[in-house]
This record gives sequence, C-alpha cells and structure tokens, in this order.
Amino acid sequence: MPINLDDPKKFRPLVGQAHQVAMNMLRPISRKYDRAEHEYPHELDMLAAMIDGLAESGASEGAGAAGVRREETEADASVKNGTNLASVMSIAEMCWGDVGLLLSMPRQGLGNSAIASVADEEQQQRFAGVWAGMAITEPGVGSDSANIKTTATLDGDHYVLNGEKIYVTSGDRADHIVVWATLDRSLGRAAIKSFVVPKGTPGMRVDRLEHKLGIRASDTATIIFEDCRVPAENLLGSPDVDTKQGFAGAMATFDNTRPLVAAMAVGCARASLDLTRDLLAQAGVAVDYDRPAQNQSAAASRLLQMEADWEAAYLLMLQAAWLADNRQPNSLEASMAKAKAGRVGSDITLGCVELAGSVGYSESELLEKWARDSKILDIFEGTQQIQQLIVARRVLGLSSAELK
Amino acid sequence: MSLLQSLRPGGRHGVPSTESRDPIGYLVAGLNRLAQSDLLDRVGLRRPAEQAVFTATRSGFKTITAASRTFSAAGTKDQQGVRVAPARTKGVFDLTPTEDEQMLVDVVRELAEEVVRPAAAKADEACLAPEAVLAASLEVGLPLLGVPEALGGISEERSAMAGTLVAEALAHGDMGLAVAALAPGSVATALGLWGTDAQQQTYLPAFTGTDVPAAALALNEPTVLFDVLEPATTATRTADGFVLDGVKSLVPQGAQAELFVVGASLEGRPVLFLVESSTPGLRVEADPGMGVRAASLTRLTLSGAAVPADAVLGDTDGTAYLECVRLSRLAWCALAVGTGQAVLDYVTPYVKERHAFGEPIAHRQSVAFMVANIAIELQAMRLVTYKAASRAAAGKDFAREVALARKLCADKGMQIGLDGVQLLGGHGFVKEHPVERWYRDLRAVGVMEGSVLV
Repeated sequence: MPINLDDPKKFRPLVGQAHQVAMNMLRPISRKYDRAEHEYPHELDMLAAMIDGLAESGASEGAGAAGVRREETEADASVKNGTNLASVMSIAEMCWGDVGLLLSMPRQGLGNSAIASVADEEQQQRFAGVWAGMAITEPGVGSDSANIKTTATLDGDHYVLNGEKIYVTSGDRADHIVVWATLDRSLGRAAIKSFVVPKGTPGMRVDRLEHKLGIRASDTATIIFEDCRVPAENLLGSPDVDTKQGFAGAMATFDNTRPLVAAMAVGCARASLDLTRDLLAQAGVAVDYDRPAQNQSAAASRLLQMEADWEAAYLLMLQAAWLADNRQPNSLEASMAKAKAGRVGSDITLGCVELAGSVGYSESELLEKWARDSKILDIFEGTQQIQQLIVARRVLGLSSAELK
Repeated sequence: MSLLQSLRPGGRHGVPSTESRDPIGYLVAGLNRLAQSDLLDRVGLRRPAEQAVFTATRSGFKTITAASRTFSAAGTKDQQGVRVAPARTKGVFDLTPTEDEQMLVDVVRELAEEVVRPAAAKADEACLAPEAVLAASLEVGLPLLGVPEALGGISEERSAMAGTLVAEALAHGDMGLAVAALAPGSVATALGLWGTDAQQQTYLPAFTGTDVPAAALALNEPTVLFDVLEPATTATRTADGFVLDGVKSLVPQGAQAELFVVGASLEGRPVLFLVESSTPGLRVEADPGMGVRAASLTRLTLSGAAVPADAVLGDTDGTAYLECVRLSRLAWCALAVGTGQAVLDYVTPYVKERHAFGEPIAHRQSVAFMVANIAIELQAMRLVTYKAASRAAAGKDFAREVALARKLCADKGMQIGLDGVQLLGGHGFVKEHPVERWYRDLRAVGVMEGSVLV
C-alpha cells in the first residue's frame, strides 16, 4: 500500500460524530463553565451516557482516554489504523469543542488511561467503568516526578499512603484517583508505583480546588493522604521493585498519554484557526495557497504560517498514535508530537487573538478563552522543556546523568 | 556619462536608490574606482593575489545556449500522450514506503553518500557538477522515474511520492548536485505528465536512452516579489507558432541544457513552452547564487525566440502550469528535508565530541535543545511534505498541503541551517565543515520556483 497521510477513512464516522458532539453539546456551554469555575457541568452526564452507549454498540471507539493499550495478541502484519489513532482524532475533535469540558468528561480521565495502559487483566475488569483522576505532582515536585515524596507502606494486605498531591485533574469529581507513591525512597525511581484509590477511602480528602488561567470547566484539586489504607491488589502492575527496569514501567503511561495531550492542543488550536479564518474572510482577507506568502497581506501570511505549524503538529500526533497502533516504539515521536503541539498551540491561539484584535481579546468571542486554555497543554504530562530533554537524549544517545 | 553620475551610489552593489554620498563618500568611491583600474596592473602595482579569478561571476561567461541535438519529430500532434494512473490508496494512514520505493531510496542513498557528498564542496566552488556524478545518477535511472513504462521509463503510476523520497535521499548528499542531477528527469516527468503524443515521441527517447541531455525547468524571473503565476515573460501568437520574450533566472545547467521548459504568459494566462536550446534568440549567462551552486544556475534571456505551434506543453488555460508550480515546490520541500537531515546527522556526533568547560557541549541543555528542535521540526517538515506528495501521487488536490509544506520547509529548514552553523560556532563558519554550505542551500527553498519537480 502506498504512503498515505490523509485521515484514516474508517474513522470518518467517528470523527464526524465527535465533531457534532463538540459543536452541539460542548460549544453552547463552553463560556458558561469558563465563568462558573468549579461548578459541575451536569450536561456531561448525558453525554457520557451517550458515549458509553455508543461504545457498547461498537459504533464508537470511545472519546479517547478509554484505550491506549497495545494489542499484543494480534499476529497479522498488515498496517493498523486502530484505537490510538481513533483516540487522538476524537480527542482533537472534542477539544475543538472545549478542552476543559473534555477533561471533565466522566470516565475519560487520565487515570483511566493509566489503568488501560498498565493494569493487569483482573484489574482491567475490576476497574471497568470507573472515573479515575491522576495524581502525580506534589508541592515540591513538578517535572522531576521521579522525586515524589508520597509514600506507600505495606501493612498486611494493605498499602498505607501518606503525602500531598496537587493539580489533580477531576480530583473532586472522579470516583477513583490513580496515585503515584514510592515504596522506598532510597531505591529511587524504580520504587515508584501507582495505586488506584476509590473516593471515600478513609484518610483521603480533597483539600481545595485551584483557580486557574484556563480550562476552568475542569476541576483541579489538591488531595491529601493521611494513613490512607488501600487494598494491596490496587497496586497497578507488578509490586516488585526492579531497579534494572527503573522508571520505565510508570513512565510508559506517558508514552500513551502524551499523544493525547498533543491532540488536545491540536484541537484547541484548530478551533482558533477555523474561527479566525472565517473572521478574516468576512473582512476580505483569504489565504491564496498558490501565491507566495510574501506577496499576500501580513494577516494572510501569518494565517498560512500558523496553519503550516498546525499541520505539522497534527501529523506528528498521528504518527505517534500510528506507531502505537502498529506496536512500534513511539516514546521519541510521542515527545516530538507533544513538544510541537504544545508550543504551536499557544502560538496559534495567541496569534489568532492578535489577528482578530479587540474581537479576539473580548469575551464576546471564544478566541481569548482558547488562548488561555491552550497554555496548560504545553505544561501538563511533561512540559515543553521535558519533551525537549527526552527528544535530545534520544537523538544524541545520552543518559539522564549525562544530559541533565 | 560624467564621472559624478557614474559615481552615484544607488541601484548597484546592494545600495538602496535613496542613498546619497557625502564628500568623503565620493573620495572613497573614487579611490575604489582607481583600485579597479587596470592602470595599476600596467605599472605593476597590484599584487598578484588581488587578481582573483572568478570563474563564475556574472561577467565570467556570456554565451548562446548549447547547440541542441536534433530531436527528430515523431508521433501525432494534438493527440494526448501516454498518462499513468494515480496511485491506488485504500484510505489507510500509512508511513511505510512500498517495496519498490524502498529499493529505489536505498540505491539513491548509497549514491548520495558515496558519490554525491564527496564531490559536493568542489562542485559548490566550481559552480559545476562533475561529469562522474551526473553519469552515476543516470546509471541509477533518475531521469526514468517519472516517465511512463510504455515510453521506456519505469513509472507505472504517478511518481510524486517516489520522486519526493528520491529527491530527499539525494539532497542528503548535496542539494546543488541533487538539483543538477534531477533537472533532466524533471523535464522528462513534465513530458510524461502533460506531453502530447508527438512531444513524448519526439523528446522522451533522448531521456530514456544512454546519452541523456541536460534540460531545465525555467519558471523563475529576476524581479522582487516575483509571483510565478504571473510571469513577465510573454508568449505572442504568430502565424506559425509563438514568439517568446523575457528573462528567466536561476535556471539549472542552462549552458549545457538542450531542452528548456519555459514559463510565459500567453494572453494573460501562464503557459509552459518547450524550447530547444538551438532556438535563435536565446542567450544564457551565469547566475550563481548564495547556494545550490553545483547546479550551475544561469539566467536565460529570450529575445524574439520563435517556437512552433506545438511547443505548448499541456494546456493554455494555466492548469498544467499551476500543477507544474506545485510539483516543483514539492520537490524543493523534499530537497529541504534531505538537507535538513544532513545537518542533523552532522551536528549530532559533533556536539558529543566537541568539549568545552570539561565536558561535551551536548551535555548542556542550550546545545542539546537546539539539536532536539532540529529533530522535531525536521520530522514535521518530512510528514507535511509526504502528505502533499502522497496526495499528488493519488491524484487528489494538494494545493493546500503543498503550500503548508513550502511554508514550513522554508521557515524551519532555514532555522535548521542557521542552527547547524551555530552549533559548530566558528568551525561552522569556515568551509572545512559543510554546514555553511547547507546554510546557503537551505535559503533556496522559499525562493525557488521551477528548476526541478517530482
């Protein structure tokens, strides 16, 4: 089969469906929940029910966070367009609607991605249908997640968790939280494991909700664990501390979630581009793809540049997902996708505000909101700088001790 | 012309026309003219070292075009030539080249590494592609790539994707030599795409034989804010054909070329014309630029050049011309990707071996992140270019995709060229290392129209 980078034909219905949902369900309530921060978008319950129904019927591949697992059993060698491509494409489409609301989607949390990525068969079944948030960051630990201080101590058939987690997306609304904690700080990153903690477990409490620059529809919680007892079987993956494997197990989650965050940035940026293109056309400015950029108006030239950067991020995102679908390593490409999508996401949404002038800056349009929403996408699941570090180490063949 | 008038500064030497001279400026300019006078030489005052010989400066040669072989007319006029089918796609996202494409790329990569790269520095300096390199590229069969199988070529379907992969692989060796090697094939591909039966029968046998003529696609013109869709070169209808007038710039191998495809405006629409180099009224002069020098870039002047009625390649409504422009931009994107990869492959070991402050400079984030960004943007350029190429090969509209690829490859490709030199510091600025050449070559991507296509 020839090289082809057009959108997979088989996902056209899925993407079309997600687009309709984004346009008709998310956009109408987008501004409402940007203003009413911390208020639960109850409209999403209906939507989640619809998505679950579609998934049951097999008509949909889920809204994204459901499956980023590699199918190890398939044996045939033909090129796959599978769950990972479906996920990034539908997430991008939903984020064209609203990033904050996508992040608030019941049962589609990043914790769900973690469960889907590293849980064993028994855990997959036990945690089917939960809504799981993801708790990694701590007050003193951001990008260096190997350095977390939350501890998990085995006591009989339970682990006892102690520590403080911040920036937990859907931390208040989700019914489960996937928590990163260390079994033994002296053993370094190899001892870091993830635990599924059901909401209401004694010793776990939501301390406060953050007030944020963007994605205000999504709640971001601080969660405190004080002698919180979790069943030992809620540890995801293997409880063994394998210093050879090191951090790889826990970090594998990121290989799967980074293309999803790239997809969020791609979706949000396209919302800005689509509207700005329309507004400029109404003002008599349209890009002529066949004329040199320098022969066109500055606005058209800037729009062309932003669209080129957008296309670049979009294709890097598809590449990372396609590699995962075809069981090829994609950690380098996932980081490339997130780095590019994260930075052009902000450049595009901010550029669109500038091009649209006061129309772009005013709350009368959503352009200013997208310019606020996009910034977090260059930060969470690994900042721009962390992605560059990962890419640099890979390309240069340097260890984390050599390239700090 | 009085001395004072001839000393007026503007309009030459890169001086804006608004500049004026003060008395000291006139004095300096006068001294400079004296320095240029051969009087100094007659009285033996000039050191021999000052007699620099620029073999390829504009006044270096001015000549009529090469005498073309006799392309003996054959085939049926006004009958559409052989056309290959678009590539079949099943709508599956796939980044894997076909087996045939991979084999081709492997061969070209080897050629680039073993023949092209070693010859690059000298060819750049001499503004000339060595015969051996061109012969080796012919051996690989580059001119056959876009020629339909039925006409002696190897193309069973649209070759835009294969051509893109080949151009990328060849440019990894050297962009200038790649342009020289790809130029004849570009004309052959154009004949395959738009030629009538007569045009294909007349010209293609030369390209599929053993003695392949130099040939070039002449679309660019020496004007600022040049819009390739509105060439100033004109074609005027006569009783038995057309007369072409105008100047085309940055034409590869113009002095050697035996066949040109020239872009000219006919009744307000851009049209492609086949012009044999023996046509009276053609003049070619060297037009070397900052880079891509191995392609022996020339300026082609057409003064009352008369061509027959069947010299029109494709249509007269601008459709073939527009597709030609797009496919040419696609080729330049592929060349940028190959050259960008050459930069990345060169700086990667360099920054690991180069020590400063007691450790390899690669251990510093400011250096390592620059390399990371080259890798990220390069892969992005590649994917956007491949998307345009795969759409072109499948016969889909690719206007948007190629425009985005060109914008990205012009901007990010240039950034890669800049960073490549920067990462080597002072070493990057001297010709001992190839990064300064890639810096010059990568500037071509946003500027070039025509010359090559895929």
